[in-house]
Amino acid sequence: MSVVAFWVLGVLAVTSGVLVFRFDSMARATFSLLTSLLCVGGELIVLGLDYLGIVTVLMMTIEMAIMAVFMIMFMMNPAGLMPMTMTHNTRGAGFLCAVVFALLVTGVLLVPWPPRRGTAPPDPTADLGLSLMGPHMLTMTTLGMALFATIVSSVVLATRRGRYDRYGDDLRATRPDDPVRGGVGR
Amino acid sequence: MNLELFLVLAAALFCTGLFGALTQQSVVMLMMGLELMLGGVILAAGAAWHHIAPATADGQVLIVVAITAMALEMAIGFAVVTALFRSREVDMTDMAAELRE
Repeated sequence: MSVVAFWVLGVLAVTSGVLVFRFDSMARATFSLLTSLLCVGGELIVLGLDYLGIVTVLMMTIEMAIMAVFMIMFMMNPAGLMPMTMTHNTRGAGFLCAVVFALLVTGVLLVPWPPRRGTAPPDPTADLGLSLMGPHMLTMTTLGMALFATIVSSVVLATRRGRYDRYGDDLRATRPDDPVRGGVGR
Repeated sequence: MNLELFLVLAAALFCTGLFGALTQQSVVMLMMGLELMLGGVILAAGAAWHHIAPATADGQVLIVVAITAMALEMAIGFAVVTALFRSREVDMTDMAAELRE
């Protein structure tokens, strides 16, 4: 059963991954990428990582839904009604990717991988939680700080009016230049 | 299923994403290529955990790091695209080439 699941999910993941860059429609490309990443989540479940597989599936579903919105906002051709190419240097990139793939496969086949040590715990999720809250606490702390920095950075980047717009170039204005005044008693 | 098959599949996903990241002009499509590459990394980490050292959670922690990197990449990427489009009405990598200077 797991062998069948591996092959079906693997072929579907690579096929839909290739189709992402073949579709004219951006919406179709988004859902093709979603299919590919859902298959990656399925492969994790095949490997016995149920929790991380489900997390991947849920995260990618939400992420691709947001990506579809951005696609439709920014792209000229979200529905594929007007065929066009938006690529450059496909031949060189294709050659480079083929070389990288050949090198990776050669490495995979030639490296003497170590034998399996130990057995999987009955609940890998509990093992992951204990590890993140114990020996890998530094990793968890770093991820938390990176997430917080991302929240602040993305809000700063996406905001229309920054502090230089509100207070002037030297930031010495006593009152911000806001189109609508805020606060109590406005 | 052995480790090599999973790693070859991960390499295929990684190289497909690399092709997209190198060829696409749209910033959003470029980010889709990066997502595929990280998908390959996630699969390789899961296979390494299962086939090499399932008794320790190190491979799972690597997957958590890769999943977080995917989320951060998307959030910051879209914020940069929004800022770029707002300031110069640019959503293509070729038109934003002056950023490298």
